[in-house]
Amino acid sequence: MKRAGFDSRWLPVFLLMPQLAIILVFFYWPAWQALQSSFYLEDPFGFGSTFVGFENYLRLFRSSEYLRTAGFTVVFTVLVTFFALSIALLLAVKADKVLHGARTYRTLLMWVYAVAPPVAGFITLIVFNQRWGPLTEFFALFGWDFRVRLDYTDTAIAMVIASVWKQIPVNFIFFLSGLQSIPRAVREAALIDNRSASARFWTVTFPLLAPTGFFLLIINTTYALFDTFGLIDTILRNNPGDNPITLVYKVYVDGFRGQDIGGSSAQSVVLMVLVLALTIFQFRMVDRRIHYT
Amino acid sequence: MYKLALTATFALTASTAMAQTEITWWHGMGGHLGDVVNQIAAGFNESQDDYTITPVFRGSYEETLTGAIAAFRAGEQPNIVQVFDAGAATVIGAQGATIPVQTLLEDNGVDFDIEDYISGVRYFYADSDGTMIGMPFNSSSPVMYYNADALEEAGVEAPETYEDFEEIAPALKEAGYIPMVQTHLPWEFVENFHSRHNLPFATNDNGYDGAEGTEILINSDEMAMHFTKVKEWLDNDLFGFFGTGWDDNQAQFINGNAAMYIGSSGDFGGLTAQDLPFEWANTYLPYWESITGGEGYQTFIGGASLFAMSGHSDEENAATAAFFEYLTSPEVQYMWHRETGYVPITNAAYEMAQEDGHYDRFPAAETGIKQLQLQSGENTHGYRMGFYVQIRDIENREIARFLNGDTSIEDALATIETEGNELLGRFAQTVQ
Repeated sequence: MKRAGFDSRWLPVFLLMPQLAIILVFFYWPAWQALQSSFYLEDPFGFGSTFVGFENYLRLFRSSEYLRTAGFTVVFTVLVTFFALSIALLLAVKADKVLHGARTYRTLLMWVYAVAPPVAGFITLIVFNQRWGPLTEFFALFGWDFRVRLDYTDTAIAMVIASVWKQIPVNFIFFLSGLQSIPRAVREAALIDNRSASARFWTVTFPLLAPTGFFLLIINTTYALFDTFGLIDTILRNNPGDNPITLVYKVYVDGFRGQDIGGSSAQSVVLMVLVLALTIFQFRMVDRRIHYT
Repeated sequence: MYKLALTATFALTASTAMAQTEITWWHGMGGHLGDVVNQIAAGFNESQDDYTITPVFRGSYEETLTGAIAAFRAGEQPNIVQVFDAGAATVIGAQGATIPVQTLLEDNGVDFDIEDYISGVRYFYADSDGTMIGMPFNSSSPVMYYNADALEEAGVEAPETYEDFEEIAPALKEAGYIPMVQTHLPWEFVENFHSRHNLPFATNDNGYDGAEGTEILINSDEMAMHFTKVKEWLDNDLFGFFGTGWDDNQAQFINGNAAMYIGSSGDFGGLTAQDLPFEWANTYLPYWESITGGEGYQTFIGGASLFAMSGHSDEENAATAAFFEYLTSPEVQYMWHRETGYVPITNAAYEMAQEDGHYDRFPAAETGIKQLQLQSGENTHGYRMGFYVQIRDIENREIARFLNGDTSIEDALATIETEGNELLGRFAQTVQ
């Protein structure tokens, strides 16, 4: 195979400059600043700051409230990722088999993707309204006094449902195209070997979808960790009270509402480390286990 | 084209308004309140030729404060910023970020006498020497609203004390109502609870003597007693709790489920505009006679005040002073009071409203002001605690947790005390 290359050593660097500049200004610089302020205790107006070493970090891990938030974030992420992936996979498998009106059916399923997070949050507040929300009334039929924004668990359930609902379309699109790229010959061969549809799915289709699934797993995890912010903020309306919040929301509450720059920076550094670990995990997994054909 | 238009505009403004000094005012007043703010600014601009003020809506109180701090760090701060009660300590603690309003007015030859301001408003935004740092702007106080039809139906009178409430609540429940709801736990049941009973809320004179060593005094028998009672009422359907959101609770009164609610004196305007299908009125925030042993004490203000930010030229500061003078004039204060329901901050404006017969037409509009002028005590002038926005979040969280039955009141108050004091300690470190 012929290898294309650049004659000059500097040309590729030059071509990369715009992209690098953007990353530098919008990621590395703020990240560096966050890392720096996480070791200081600073007054909000920037009149002075005291070096406190790891105090901001130690404080986090001593705080039962922070650990509680971290615990909730893990549970929330696992639930959102699991349900968003499994429901989307189910829908994709079914949609793949639809012959008539397939396009309409698929478009309807993808529609939710266009809903902005705050709008999704607002819709959640409407369907779960304490007094007249349709889902609240539905739950009441079973004797469940569902109280979003008041009861910790109920709010958590509403957040998970809304986040899953919002994420299904993306997963659906990826799974569907993944399914459609499985060679016809493989499916037909499987059909001859085994008549059980579920056995064929688990032994042939599912492993072949693994690259897509793994990619989506990472995407969904970061979605649940970070992109649900808008939705959560709309549900809590800037006033968490005794409601569950995720780690990224706590960064915002402590930093932007509470003006605690050092503590909030330490929290964002913890989150950065988490993302770094996730990325390393992703690359290693890709190298070893998952085979993209 | 664009450039041309710009040059033309510039030339035009330059020739007609050569000497005008422009100042900006960042605020967090949306909707109808924002319209009235714009009206005040327009009134000031028309009243004289030397200065122009531009009000800018910056979102919620928290967003306005965060924005102003970021702008200050970048050297782009507005001349005036509106800061809410819980954020006041942060701004006042940062000496050099603002010019005390009293100094600003005196330096610019505006007469200033703190006695002109109604008590309860006077010292909330002042330092420990009594110098006014922030200009009180939209001031309100927690009062109790009641559905007069519901009370009549149950054959009871509006309660003055929580003891009275305990007596009448079963009758209201019997008549099919939630007897009472609140709308803002920290403000109504914690901060003003301390003022209404003249109890210390923090060491160091409620924090006014400086951030160093200030500790919150929330873990008291009185607080434990009050919340134990509230929980007891809640369990017996004599009280309703619908979360920390203001609207979720207030809605219960508006739709006629709740017979009474504790809200803001500033709700008056909004309730009047809603044209509710029942008669309503308001009265003072209840208190425990068992704690005061007599009459209740005054409450202090909530809402927000205006701070003059430093780092501007003398001309601009003169403009800010002129605007404050305009803002505190009785006519403007009365207009603001009438349009929004916030209390007038000066005695002169209050007298003007009285003479105009405003309270004969709307008795409910006066309750907040009268409550701010009840007997005072050493603990009724306010509180000053840093990182208080976060402390409020902790109060909301722990008390809601207690009311939901997930913790005991002892643990809840102890947690607020521990976490609160840790934040206060950190704040003291930042303002050294």
